[in-house]
Amino acid sequence: MIYNLPFLTVVALIAIGMYAMLFKKNLIKIAIGLTIVESGVNLFLITLGYREGGIAPIFTNLPPGMSPEEIPEKMVLPVPQALTLTSIVIGVAVLALILSLAIRIYRHYGTLNAEEVRRLKE
Amino acid sequence: MKKATAIAFIIFSLFLFFSAYEMRSFGNPPSEMDDRIIGKYNSTANKWEYGAVNETGANNAVTSVVFDYRGYDTLGEATVLFTAIAGVMMLFRREKK
Amino acid sequence: MNENGDRMSIIVQTIASILFPLALIFSFYVIMHGHLTPGGGFQGGAIGASAVALLIVAFGAKYVEGKMEEENLSIFESLGGLVFVIVSILGFFLAATFLTNFLVGEPLFGIIPAWGEAPLNSGGVLPILNLAVGMKVIGGLASVVLILAIASKEGEK
Repeated sequence: MIYNLPFLTVVALIAIGMYAMLFKKNLIKIAIGLTIVESGVNLFLITLGYREGGIAPIFTNLPPGMSPEEIPEKMVLPVPQALTLTSIVIGVAVLALILSLAIRIYRHYGTLNAEEVRRLKE
Repeated sequence: MKKATAIAFIIFSLFLFFSAYEMRSFGNPPSEMDDRIIGKYNSTANKWEYGAVNETGANNAVTSVVFDYRGYDTLGEATVLFTAIAGVMMLFRREKK
Repeated sequence: MNENGDRMSIIVQTIASILFPLALIFSFYVIMHGHLTPGGGFQGGAIGASAVALLIVAFGAKYVEGKMEEENLSIFESLGGLVFVIVSILGFFLAATFLTNFLVGEPLFGIIPAWGEAPLNSGGVLPILNLAVGMKVIGGLASVVLILAIASKEGEK
């Protein structure tokens, strides 16, 4: 049970982010919720690849006294880390696009409330 | 409308919670997973048999996954980065003086 | 904010102008050692973009835009993408498929490191791709930071 605590943390992060995205009206708060969901997904990927007592999958500057035969059981899985690396950069780019859209919406409508930003309503 | 959203959110959260509860235990991935990328040491020949070091020549297994095994992924990611930055530039386009 | 517009004080400006080349050198180090140590194109590019962000904080967006125009940063970014695609297509022509690591095993660039060694000229095309992605990320993130800083300044008046 306690060993599944990282997965439960992932669930908590995704649930908090989904709550902010579904029930908040401020566009900045929606962007924050999206970022929290993204952090949860990144944590999930990293958690999947973790190995108990593992070292980074890099062969330069290994810890002293590490023999080559025990390496495959000692290393953290590299593929989830690579996917997380990709995901982080995409997240930064998408967040920049979302925030610029929010700035444009605020200049155009004078508000950040998602319910008031409707062209037909006025 | 708000009530339906709340019910959907609660169902989604419960689904997430139970799938995390039924997950395999933390810190023990299946041992044969990613063995091909990390590689295996042949002690009689005193060298690595397969794995990222032999196939790409890079010591950092994460870099060899990002740029070699999953290079298409990185190419698509660079495209997404380019598109998002082009979108930001388009949104804040200014007149040339 | 003082009489210099959006510039900060002289202490911050001096420290920023000292730290800016050091941050760029560290960024270049992280990018070029991406196949040996933790790091790579994305991380080094983020460090370089944070150096530009430090300049923007210290000197103000207008001054930095006069020094490095965002078109130049955009050209830098596109150059990185172009290098990436050209190296990938060279893999198609010189070896088997698109994105083949065609330099691995060659004596000059593709040394396969032995146990416990870390030669810089290993990895085949991976350092070139790292450099391309690093250029792309430096140009992209720095231009985004610059554009957002200028846009938020324009909205205030």
